[in-house]
Order: sequence, then C-alpha cells, then structure tokens
Amino acid sequence: MQPALTDTPRRSARWLARLQAVGPLIGLIILCVAGTALNRDFATIDNMMNVLTRTAFIGIIAVGMTFVIISGGIDLSVGSMAALIAGSMIVLMNKLAGSGMAPLLIVLLGIVLALILGALFGLMHGLLITKGRIEPFIVTLGTLGVFRAVLTWLADGGALTLDDSLNNLYGPVYYASLLGVPVPIWVFLIMAAGGALILNRTAFGRHVQAIGSNEQVARYAAIRVDVVKIVTYIFLGLCVGVATVLYVPRLGSATPTTGLLWELEAIAAVVVGGTALKGGEGRVIGTVIGAILLSVINNILNLTSIISVYLNAAVQGAVIIVVAFLQRGRRND
Amino acid sequence: MSVSVRFDEIYKDFGPVRVLHGVSFELPPGRIYGVLGENGAGKSTLMKILSGYEHASAGEIHLDDRLVSFKSSRQAESEGVVLIHQEFNLAEHLTVAQNIFLGHEKRKGWLLDDRTMREESAHYLKQVGLVVNPDTPVRNLIVAEKQLVEIARALSRHARVLIMDEPTATLTPTETQRLFGLMRQLKADGVTLVYISHKLDEIEAITDEIVVMRDGRFITRAPTESLSRQQMANLMVGRELSDMFPDKTPPAPDAPVALAVSDLSVPGWSEDISFEVRSGEILGFAGLVGAGRTETFEGLLGLRKRSSGAVSMNGQPVSLNTPQQAVKLGVTYLSEDRKGKGLHVSMGLAQNLTMLMLDHYAHPLLDLNAERAAMAHAKDEFGIRTGNLDARARALSGGNQQKLALAKFLHPDPRVIILDEPTRGVDVGAKRDIYFQIHALAQAGRAVIVISSELIELIGLCHRVAVMRGGKLQTTLGMHQLTEEELIAHATGTH
Repeated sequence: MQPALTDTPRRSARWLARLQAVGPLIGLIILCVAGTALNRDFATIDNMMNVLTRTAFIGIIAVGMTFVIISGGIDLSVGSMAALIAGSMIVLMNKLAGSGMAPLLIVLLGIVLALILGALFGLMHGLLITKGRIEPFIVTLGTLGVFRAVLTWLADGGALTLDDSLNNLYGPVYYASLLGVPVPIWVFLIMAAGGALILNRTAFGRHVQAIGSNEQVARYAAIRVDVVKIVTYIFLGLCVGVATVLYVPRLGSATPTTGLLWELEAIAAVVVGGTALKGGEGRVIGTVIGAILLSVINNILNLTSIISVYLNAAVQGAVIIVVAFLQRGRRND
Repeated sequence: MSVSVRFDEIYKDFGPVRVLHGVSFELPPGRIYGVLGENGAGKSTLMKILSGYEHASAGEIHLDDRLVSFKSSRQAESEGVVLIHQEFNLAEHLTVAQNIFLGHEKRKGWLLDDRTMREESAHYLKQVGLVVNPDTPVRNLIVAEKQLVEIARALSRHARVLIMDEPTATLTPTETQRLFGLMRQLKADGVTLVYISHKLDEIEAITDEIVVMRDGRFITRAPTESLSRQQMANLMVGRELSDMFPDKTPPAPDAPVALAVSDLSVPGWSEDISFEVRSGEILGFAGLVGAGRTETFEGLLGLRKRSSGAVSMNGQPVSLNTPQQAVKLGVTYLSEDRKGKGLHVSMGLAQNLTMLMLDHYAHPLLDLNAERAAMAHAKDEFGIRTGNLDARARALSGGNQQKLALAKFLHPDPRVIILDEPTRGVDVGAKRDIYFQIHALAQAGRAVIVISSELIELIGLCHRVAVMRGGKLQTTLGMHQLTEEELIAHATGTH
C-alpha cells in the first residue's frame, strides 16, 4: 500500500513561520496587559512616551543591526562605539566652545563628527571582515575592547561633561517634542521606516538578504558581496552615530559605562523581532517591536517589584537564548 | 555465508519530494549486480537506506528473509552491509590506518592497539593493490588512492554485502582492472556485490545481472548478457534515446565567434585552455571528475583566480575579470552545484529569478509586481511546475529547481550561456525539457557551452565537444566524431 505523501511538516513549518511573524507583537500585547494589571501608572501617556523615548537609542541601532545580521554578520562593538563617539563629540564641542564659535555651529559640527565617526568605524569593520577575511565576531569583539578603552583614556577614567553653554541649545534634541511626541521617537520612526523600505524594496536590501541566505549563491549571481557587506557595517555605524547624537544631550556626559551592554539589547531586539541569527531573513518592523518589547520588560521591572531591576540584563539575555532556541532548525534546507 | 537482500515497497520522501516510489526487488546471494539508472533515479538513496545512512519513509528490507532496520551505518556494518561512498567519507587529517579502523578501533585494554591496526591495514592495502605506508595522512593521497582506501576500509569490515557507488569514476583503466579482479575474488568468497555505475562497458564486463531504476522506481532485473548496451541505455532513459534530443541544427557557416578564449590558466586546475564558440553553436566540455572543467569556467568568469587568459567577443577583445563584468558583457554561468551556488533555496521564486537583473527592476524602488509578472512568464516559458508562485525555491522538485536556475541565468538575456551539468539530479521528463530548451537557445542565436559528465547528453546535444584531462584541453571532436569510446579514450588518456 502506498503511503500518502505527508505534508504535515510543511504545514507545521508554515504555521511556525506565521507564529514567528506575529509572535513578538502578541508578546508585546500580553506584556502591556500584564503591565497595566500590575501597575496603574503603566498605561499612562507619560509612561508610554518615556518607554518609547528610551527605546529610541537601542531601536535605532537595532535597525542597522538588522541589516548586519540578515547579511550573516554581527557587530558586538555598538555599545563601546556609542560611548567613544559620545566622548569624541563632547571633546570636540568643548574645545570649540572656548574659541568663541557660534554655539549652533558647534553643535552641528559635533553632530557631523558623530556621523562621520560612525561611518568610519563601520567602514573599518567592513574592510577587516571582507578584505581582511576575519570573522565579524572576532573583529567587533576586538573593537568592543578598543573603543571603550580609548573613551576611558580620553575621560581619564572619569566623565567627559558637555560645556554648560551648549546644553541649552543641544538639550532639546533629546527633550523637545513635536506634535506631542518627543524628538527621539520621531527619529526612531523615520529610521525604522527608511530601513524597512531599503530592506524590502531596494536592490541593496535584496542583496543583503541574498548574501545572508547563501553567500556563494550570491557571489555566483554577480552580487558584489564585499561591497554590500561593507555598506551594511557603514549603515550600522551611521545608526550608532544617530543614536549617540540623541543620547548625548540626555545626560550631557560620557563615562566608561556609557552604552554598556547596548550590543546585548540591540542584538536581542533583532532576534526577538524574528530575524534569523544565521542570516538570510528578517524584518525591520519585527526589530522595532522587539526593541519596544525589551523596553517594556525593563519598564515593568522598574514599576513593580517582582524581579529586581538589577536583573534586567539577565532577563534580556534569557530572552535571546529562548528565542534562539525557538528558531532552531528553521533553516534545514 | 552468502546473503540475499530483499527490498519490499521502499518509499523515501525528502520533505515534499518523493524520491522512491515503492521499490521492491530481490538480490539472490553471491553475485555481482550492476545497478543502472540516470542521476536522480534513486539508486544512491536506495543503497544508503540499505546501508543505514538514510531511513526509509516506509517499507521493509530483508537480509536472508530476516527483517532488518538499520538505525545507523555502524549497525549495518556490524551485519556485514558496507557501502563505499560516491563522495569520500575519509577524515583528511588522519592516517590511512586510522581511517581504515575509524569507529572500529582495535584496543589493548584502555589503549589503542596501533601496531595491530597498522599491520592489518597493510594487509588490506595489499589486497586492493595500493602501495602506500599506512601512516600516511589521507590528505596526502590523490583521489584514486583515496578511493582504494575506501575499499580497503570496506574489506576490514568483513563485508557480506558490499555496495560500491561509482567506485571507478576516479580510477585509471589499470586500477579499474585490479578492482574488478578484487570483486571477482570477493564474489568467489561469497560476498554479494552491488555495483552502481554509469559506465555501461564496465557494467557489461563485471556484473552478472543488472537492475534498472528510473524516477525512483524499480524497472527490471535481467541477466547482463541478455542485453545490449543500447538496450540498457534505453531502459535507463525509458524511451528510445533518439526521442530525448532535438535534431541538431548546425550553426550558420558565417555565424560570428561569440566568445573566444585563449591561454586561460587557473592555478592548480587548468593550463593554457583555448577555445571558441560561435553564435548558434552548442559546444560541449567532457572530462573526468577533477579534469578542471568547472574551475576553468569559474576562472573565466572571475569567480576564481586565474593566472593568464585573454577573452574576445565577436572579434573584439574584452575585459572580463569579475562576475559583474560578465553579466554586463552578456556571459552567464549556471553552476553544477544548484543548492550551493545556483539558487537561494530559502528565498522566493521571483527573488531568485531576478537576482542578476535587479537594476532593471529598481527605479530606485523595486517593482515587485513586475518581478511577479516576470516569474509568471518564466513559469510558462520554462515549464516550471509549481502550484504557488509565492513558494520558496526549496519547495520545488529537483527538476523544477533546475528549470528555475536556468531561467535565472537566462533572465539577463546573455549572448553566451555556460551550463555546468545542466541536468544533474533531474528526472527524465525534465531532462528532455531542458535539452529542448538548450536547443532553442542555440537556435535563437546564443552561443551555448555545456559541461557534462553524461556522455549520452554531450553526444545527443552538442555540435562539438572539447575534452579535458588533467587541466589540459586534449582535443575538440566534431559532430561526426562523437562516440562514447572516442570521448572516454581522450578523457582517460588511453587514446
């Protein structure tokens, strides 16, 4: 007797894929319901805006990280990179503040420096990984140490603090609102929408997915694999630059603990958002939801006393492992 | 000690693709069986199931009327069922002796008994006629020697059923003769041998009976001497061979030389390769595994380093150093390795189709509807069978994946198309479709290069066939010189 050709594995795979697409959103909704039940302050507009504003830094970096991870890479250095960029900005702006230059120009130069440094660091990563043929994990683990050490050295082990004369002008970049929504949230939304458009609707985005899905096949399809990879790291560097520009006015200083564990949060946001750690497929919108979800967890820990807020990173780390566990065997070709 | 083997309604599914459709036949003990079938006929899969490397989706295997179900190759080997792989299964960094006893190491108490293993290895190596120190690391051996180590390893397992999957693909005629002598010796010792090969002359020379498989089904078992080679080939293909190929139409005498390559060298693989192909012509490349055909063309396309070589198209010298330049010049290359280099199996059909042509669809945003429309068109043009245009490439069967890959590399409308093993792992129906497709390409004025290990295919399809051996172009045969004997003679250097 001929056994029926079963399509159960396919159906369950499709079901699982669908679950992975809406899973983060369902998780976010459940968390919000739980948060509302646990603390009356959770569901207020103020708290929501607060959570989203704090999400913006990690979220913007995670948008760039989505590209790098989909292309099959990783960047562990983003937290240290943010710290070094913040410190460099402050050093430059403080130097110029003493020279009598117009404050607006000084702030603009600081912002330009942040973006240039981000792009340069990204370019350096990209070149070492492609032309130097070193694993991305190793390259960015190395620069993770280098960046933070240089910042610590610049700050002489203490804090680099922005000149008071610039605070008034620069402060609104973090604190001001437009149509009732804080500036960082706007920037986050624009970066995320732009990232989604680039990933899904441009040749570059398609190439990123093709390389992560199978680099050899991409090479044989005349895709300039090295160039595309380098550009993903530059894009991530720019995202770190933008995030830092928003972050510096918040505290007005950079210390050796600035941006600590941001790499964990950014990678967690990408992975929770459904992007495969092995590369090939992923969604920017998923990353956005993932980043918000992690912030909400942090916020609930802050507002309630179920688990100490000191264990926040432990929760995020556990979330990464659990999600990676659920992703197992997704790419058995 | 002879063992008979009986397959009973064996089914095997790989995901949505069924590769064995209820195979049933019996092999009485102590004979040499030649298993015939085209690529993708299911011979290798069936033998992997017999030897515990794969598990059947349904069905039973009986050894001497005893139901067996091997969980692993180790368990199969303990019952005396040993498979010698088509692909080598040796640990490159270990020595010959260590490989022969890998997983079955001899011990003295807690420690390995290296001396005994070395002595026994030497014994088995002598039996297969390989003169090499058992302490040599396997990575230092050439391909043919590795093949002989595989056979020595099988001997050390005291095989009662020995399955050989294309063991002579890399052997010289002398080594092949020695292998045949060994096989006769084993048969006399009562071993049941299963010999899988494409080479009909070898099947004729060494086997007692043949088993033919086609498209995952058992077709027939018959005494070898009762069939001519032509009859065997027809049984494999399932129809008269003449039906498989379109009639050849030679290119016009004044057709321009679409691509001329001179003195192309790829370090480690090929030396001073020169050839030209005209518009409307199908040029074949024949040669053994490792002759450097694939590597030569990868070098031409800039996918691999080359040390010399000049290229001209339509009489004009051109600079061709990267795959991007190749696409711009209208030269595309379909790799022999469909899943590793040809298609993104985890991506969608349309995304695969347009991958070389994204600039054409980006203004600057990709026109997803145009991509879908192109895919719908390609589906009809290439006869790609799929119920769902939004499916991923891995959901297609092998033949349909190959058609998609062909469509992908033809999408930029190249003037020269290089097809490496264009029908590997596809069923007979899809094969015929692809042959007619290739013929139509040439008719439309494209220059087509076909690299293939299937001589029937080269003879049936090509206007001329270049033969490579050991990285050098030996000769180029014209349409009227194309015979299997001639091609093999040049490919093996026994001309």
